[in-house]
Amino acid sequence: MTTETTRESHPARDTADEPRPIPLTRSCPFAPPAELTALREREPLSRIANPDGTTGWLVTDHALARKVLGDPRFSARQELMSSPLTARRAEPAMPGGFLFMDPPQHTRYRKLLTGQFTVRRMRRLEARVEEVTERQLSLLRAQGKGADLVEHFALPVPSLMICELLGVPYEDHEFFQSRAVAIFRLVQDPEESGAAYAALRTYLLDLVRRRRGEPADDILSDLVTGSDLTDDELIGMALLLLLAGHETTANMLAMATFALLSHPGQLTLLREDPSLIGGAVEELLRYLSIMHVGLPRAALEDVELADRVIAQGDTVTVSVAAANHDPRKFGPADGLDITRSATGHVAFGHGIHQCLGQQLARIEMRIGINGLLREFPGLRLDVPVCEVPVRSDMGVFGVHRLPVTW
Amino acid sequence: MKIIADAGRCIGAGQCVMAADSVFDQSPATGEVMLLAARVPADEVDAVLEAVSTCPTGALSTAED
Ligand code: SF4
Repeated sequence: MTTETTRESHPARDTADEPRPIPLTRSCPFAPPAELTALREREPLSRIANPDGTTGWLVTDHALARKVLGDPRFSARQELMSSPLTARRAEPAMPGGFLFMDPPQHTRYRKLLTGQFTVRRMRRLEARVEEVTERQLSLLRAQGKGADLVEHFALPVPSLMICELLGVPYEDHEFFQSRAVAIFRLVQDPEESGAAYAALRTYLLDLVRRRRGEPADDILSDLVTGSDLTDDELIGMALLLLLAGHETTANMLAMATFALLSHPGQLTLLREDPSLIGGAVEELLRYLSIMHVGLPRAALEDVELADRVIAQGDTVTVSVAAANHDPRKFGPADGLDITRSATGHVAFGHGIHQCLGQQLARIEMRIGINGLLREFPGLRLDVPVCEVPVRSDMGVFGVHRLPVTW
Repeated sequence: MKIIADAGRCIGAGQCVMAADSVFDQSPATGEVMLLAARVPADEVDAVLEAVSTCPTGALSTAED
């Protein structure tokens, strides 16, 4: 059976369900939108309407999510995709921006970095993460009661760590954090994000040149001296690490604290037995699934999936949140249960693009959450749950601020 | 049970080392998977099967001897 005949054999089915825009609104800050759950039950591979007029696909079940993300027939090149959020098509990835590339380009860049992020190398970094965490916890305490946990803890810890690893001076964090905000907006203002990229590139070019003259003990220096990457490629890779290292773990730390403070039973469990932290972190990653739109892929050829045919050129968005709440994989998955086995979640993605920094993120979360609970036994939210400003407007879900007291 | 690792497919995400660090390691230079044992030790069977199922690229498999 050829794919062509398959496509024509389902005409009734393909027109019966009117494609609708991608569901994004969370009613509870911790759970995926209810429409996603309904879709997963009814139609785990469903059609969505994109603002550019094309019809795309949405995957809401765990097994299908892993299939799509692990299948080389689906491309990560953003210029091939239709966005479920805007009619604008993305530009091809900048040199070094391997997150948006397929093999062999992706492979070449990623291989230059994988040795830097091995499990054992990250374990050796634990002591340094402890130090940074301790320092930040005392700075948080120095704020007096009623501080913003994002500004004084969740953001600085991963920011300090990635700056140090990469070799970017932390003194400049306000400069690149404010630029990152423009880049991570869900619907970007092209002028604002263009200016943010340009400013970051100029900044990183200067840094690359300095490292060429005077290498130090950091990833950027290693790449400068140990590879034949051009300045443009080095900037692209550095930009990717800098941005990814900031937003993701920072939002996980803040959201994890928010979730635990809103689930007193789970909080008590973890306070009483800090050795539960490893499993708790996996469960928080699964439960919170902060990549809230999902991961998009473009079909490079017609692909048969779940009795349908995804045509070449179609965009498939994999809902990480819906997949991570799939009861077929995780059992009754909507509640937070730090004692459940959340192994196999796709919070870090799946396939060749699975997060390079995941081991660092895990260590930062383990040490950060346990440190926070240990040092602040009376930690609680300083505003009602529904007054915490959530990041519905950003590509990485989380909170803009988390007012806490102790 | 034997373990088969295809380093060519590995992207160095380290799921295998997390699951069973007495069986898997990663090359310090490239992050690629390295086997510390060719056969699955009896008490590591579950951990190794977990590594096989969570490996993001399908680089790992097992075979009966
Ligand atoms: S889990 Fe798979 S991709 Fe990751 S390091 Fe091990 S073999 Fe490589």
